[in-house]
Amino acid sequence: MYRDSRVVWGGISEKKKVKNFTLNKQISNWAKMSILDEEEESKPQQVIRSIDKEMMDDLDALYKRTDELDLKHELDLKQKKYERGDGVKLEGLKDKKLRGQLAVREELIGQSANVAAKAEKWLNSVNTGYLEAEGIEKTWNYKNQDIVRSVDLLSSKKAMDLVLPELGPYTMDYTANGRYMAMAGRKGHIAIIDTQTLKQIKEFQVRETVRDVAFFHNELYFAAAQKKYTYIYNNHAIELHCLKEHGAVQKLQFLRNHFLLATINKFGQLRYQDVTTGFMVSNFRTGLGRCDVMQVNPFNAVVGLGHSCGKVTMWKPTSAVPLVKMQCHHGTISAIAHHPGGNLMATAALDGKIKLWDLRKFEVLKTYFRHATTLDFSQNGLLAIGNGSRVQIWKDNGDQDYGRYMTHDIAKGYQVGEAKFQPYEDVLCLGHTMGISTILVPGSGEANFDTFVANPFETKKQRREKEIKALLDKLPPETVMLNPTKIGTLKPARKKEQPSQKELEAEKEDAVVAVKLAPRKKKTKGRSKPSKIESKKQESIMKAKRPYLDQQMKEEESRKKLRVTEEVQLPKALARFARKKAAMS
Amino acid sequence: MKVKCISRAEEDFTRERSQDLQRVFRNFNPILRPLERAVEYQRAVNAVKLDKIFARPFIGAMDGHIDAVSCMAKNPNHLKGIFSGSMDGDIRLWDIASRRTICQFPGHQGAVRGLSASTDGRVLVSCGTDCTVRLWNVPDSSVMNMDESSDGTTEPLAVYVWKNAFWAVDHQWDGAQFATAGAQVDIWDHNRSEPIRSFEWGKDTVISLRFNPGEPNILATSSSDRSITLYDLRLSTPVRKLIMKTKTNALCWNPMEPMNFTAANEDCNCYSYDARKLEEAKNVHKDHVSAVMDIDYSPTGREFVTGSYDRTIRIFPYNGGHSREIYHTKRMQRVFCVKFTCDATYVVSGSDDTNLRLWKAKASEQLGVIVPRERKKHEYNEALKKSYGNLPEIKRINRHRHLPKAIYKARSLRLTITNAAKKKDDRRRAHSAPGSMPIQSQRKKRIIKEVE
Repeated sequence: MYRDSRVVWGGISEKKKVKNFTLNKQISNWAKMSILDEEEESKPQQVIRSIDKEMMDDLDALYKRTDELDLKHELDLKQKKYERGDGVKLEGLKDKKLRGQLAVREELIGQSANVAAKAEKWLNSVNTGYLEAEGIEKTWNYKNQDIVRSVDLLSSKKAMDLVLPELGPYTMDYTANGRYMAMAGRKGHIAIIDTQTLKQIKEFQVRETVRDVAFFHNELYFAAAQKKYTYIYNNHAIELHCLKEHGAVQKLQFLRNHFLLATINKFGQLRYQDVTTGFMVSNFRTGLGRCDVMQVNPFNAVVGLGHSCGKVTMWKPTSAVPLVKMQCHHGTISAIAHHPGGNLMATAALDGKIKLWDLRKFEVLKTYFRHATTLDFSQNGLLAIGNGSRVQIWKDNGDQDYGRYMTHDIAKGYQVGEAKFQPYEDVLCLGHTMGISTILVPGSGEANFDTFVANPFETKKQRREKEIKALLDKLPPETVMLNPTKIGTLKPARKKEQPSQKELEAEKEDAVVAVKLAPRKKKTKGRSKPSKIESKKQESIMKAKRPYLDQQMKEEESRKKLRVTEEVQLPKALARFARKKAAMS
Repeated sequence: MKVKCISRAEEDFTRERSQDLQRVFRNFNPILRPLERAVEYQRAVNAVKLDKIFARPFIGAMDGHIDAVSCMAKNPNHLKGIFSGSMDGDIRLWDIASRRTICQFPGHQGAVRGLSASTDGRVLVSCGTDCTVRLWNVPDSSVMNMDESSDGTTEPLAVYVWKNAFWAVDHQWDGAQFATAGAQVDIWDHNRSEPIRSFEWGKDTVISLRFNPGEPNILATSSSDRSITLYDLRLSTPVRKLIMKTKTNALCWNPMEPMNFTAANEDCNCYSYDARKLEEAKNVHKDHVSAVMDIDYSPTGREFVTGSYDRTIRIFPYNGGHSREIYHTKRMQRVFCVKFTCDATYVVSGSDDTNLRLWKAKASEQLGVIVPRERKKHEYNEALKKSYGNLPEIKRINRHRHLPKAIYKARSLRLTITNAAKKKDDRRRAHSAPGSMPIQSQRKKRIIKEVE
């Protein structure tokens, strides 16, 4: 039946095909159209046709329903992401008006989440990359050259090697949209590259040690941590500022939402400088010695520092003590990476372990025995691990169980210094002693960019507009906190106050009664005399009362103290009376 | 091996020609937007601050009267026009758009105390201390639209002389009758030279009166014996009377909830009452520091404007205890009358300094045609302010108003006085027999009694 109708469908006019074509009900429509057409042509067979038609309708409905169910399920899954947590529980609310308002709000949130899920389903034009093994092959056995050969021409161009043997090892940084890369060789070579066209924007030599580079909010400005000071350059390699206060900076990080440049120098001093006003927001001594591991958590803009004692500390610009101090390893921390979701952190140390941490509970999730000098999470949550001349890429196999996904060996003798995923591309960039190389890592980058968040194809005008918008939305340093989603929400209710006098009294009574009612221990020789039993009982009652009496005494003492201080704080005119009274008593 | 990488051809993501629109791609994934609550909060702060920057409520003064403006009336049939009467007997029709006098109505010998237009907008009724009620033909809109004003004057349709000076007039919302207030409440018909009936309850002068917008036969008056009285034209006697501790200068019905009215009281407060339940005020609106002289509801019924003897105008929400807005200028003197325009966008005030002043009802609202994108932005900002409005910083910025020194001082003085009174009361209560001094709510405190 079905095949029949397909055959007939071949004959109907092109115009009709287009008219009736919809994505969802493609098959059912094909069938429907065929029947309509045939009915027009052949009337004698009408009876049979009508029976067929009923069957067809049933089939249609079935197809339609399963399609719709699948689609609905898929959309529901997607929608969850956009709802940003559970809704308000309306059952317990007594206030009818508030309940109504909240119900409307919840409905609106649901609607917008639904629209966003639909947009993701139908409007996202680019598909995420993938690498799948066939048969007994394993994905980590594929060589990068093979992958480069198998992908399309445009993608294959992205894998490259820049051999710069004299000036390495290299570090690099990407702009937020992933379009531009700044690379800096230890020996003073700085260059900016357009990764789309693979053209060099600017290249210059500062003739001194460069330890790190960091782009600011766009490709026009970047900072370089050099031998003595940190400098800010623009894209024409013109030195705009020399930041002398920071000292010999080891690592640079730029907090994009806050326009803060965070630096850690040789002496373990963490500084935050506002790059829009030039104001030094804060200057903290970590007190944990030299430190060259720094990574910003993109979720909450908290700076994570890895120290030589195996501690990881987390900082915000408004507090001189770290928010969190974790003893993560028994050796010097060599690398930190934050998952873009914000709740997962990977640390590596010289004790030969890589640990994954849950940043909500500050507990270790997984420990892997492996050395790593650099770690990086991609936008889609792949973890790059670099050690020596070998790079591994791990993938989450569900439940934060990271396992091998790809491996890559650069030439023997090259030492990987830094690995960084390119945003919005399936590319991993490796800075090593002999230059820079990029390899393809399918499925690492976010496939669909948002024009208003980060646009790799930004025009000059768009960039300018974006800069203004970003400056308008610039966040004050106070908004850096461990859980930024609590901004604008209610403070949790205060814990219960201390129990009242009456309650304490009742508690005491209960304790005494419990002791009195407690069964006597087994008889032992010489302890069953009535006087002994009685004295033992009294003793245990006193023991039960003791903590309450102690507390009472303590309170009384503090009250006395308070009274004395109150007397001291009497108005001047009355002070003389207070002294007399004190003397009298 | 199955493999695919992200590959974006540049021509798919950029425009072909410079005339084309830029292509826009969206990805609403929350991970791409970290710190979104912080950003929203920052935007809300910015929105509130922008509101402050753009708060320019004063549009202009309408100059022309040579004595204090005593009363105003809006023309329900014509948005642009507003009538005003002054203490020297001058009545003018103003064009709000061009802020010019269109027409004058000469005739009154003494002060004009009441003005009201019929609901069809054809007839204007005025009354004054010269014991006359005058009916005028309202010029039609073609005159209003004339560019070159001929400074036209109009002859009254009718002049009715009566026994006593008049204090207020109001036209029925649906019908041909109007009521005047003076020594008693008189009900008039357009075509009769004498009142068709009179109401009297007590000997004191009735100073203001308003017809109910929902029920055409009900009216409320306030008189100088500190009472608010309700009348029903279908009954032979007044219905109900409420006596308060201080005089009510004006009252106004809520056009959207016509059982409720708000009274502008001499004790600096406004009291909202439910006409069916006069034993307790529904709400007490505090903020003025001197007697409230006039009150008018917005046609939306969500807020009302008050003018006060303390030289300020305030806008209150209909259910809020404090004003959301205060307007003042250096040159504005005691405000005697205020009106919301019929589109709820503007507020007109008439004051002792002979000027009418035109204000925006929302101080920072953008006037004129708004581009859709602009409107969307405004809506977004409003939504932000709504959802983050309870945070202390935003609340503080939103509530802050610059006050003239005199008002500021008077306010703190009033606060001291009320606090002292409260303290005294508390002490008295503490030293008297328990239960002998029950705490009286603010809503009942100022009411003496209700008389049926």
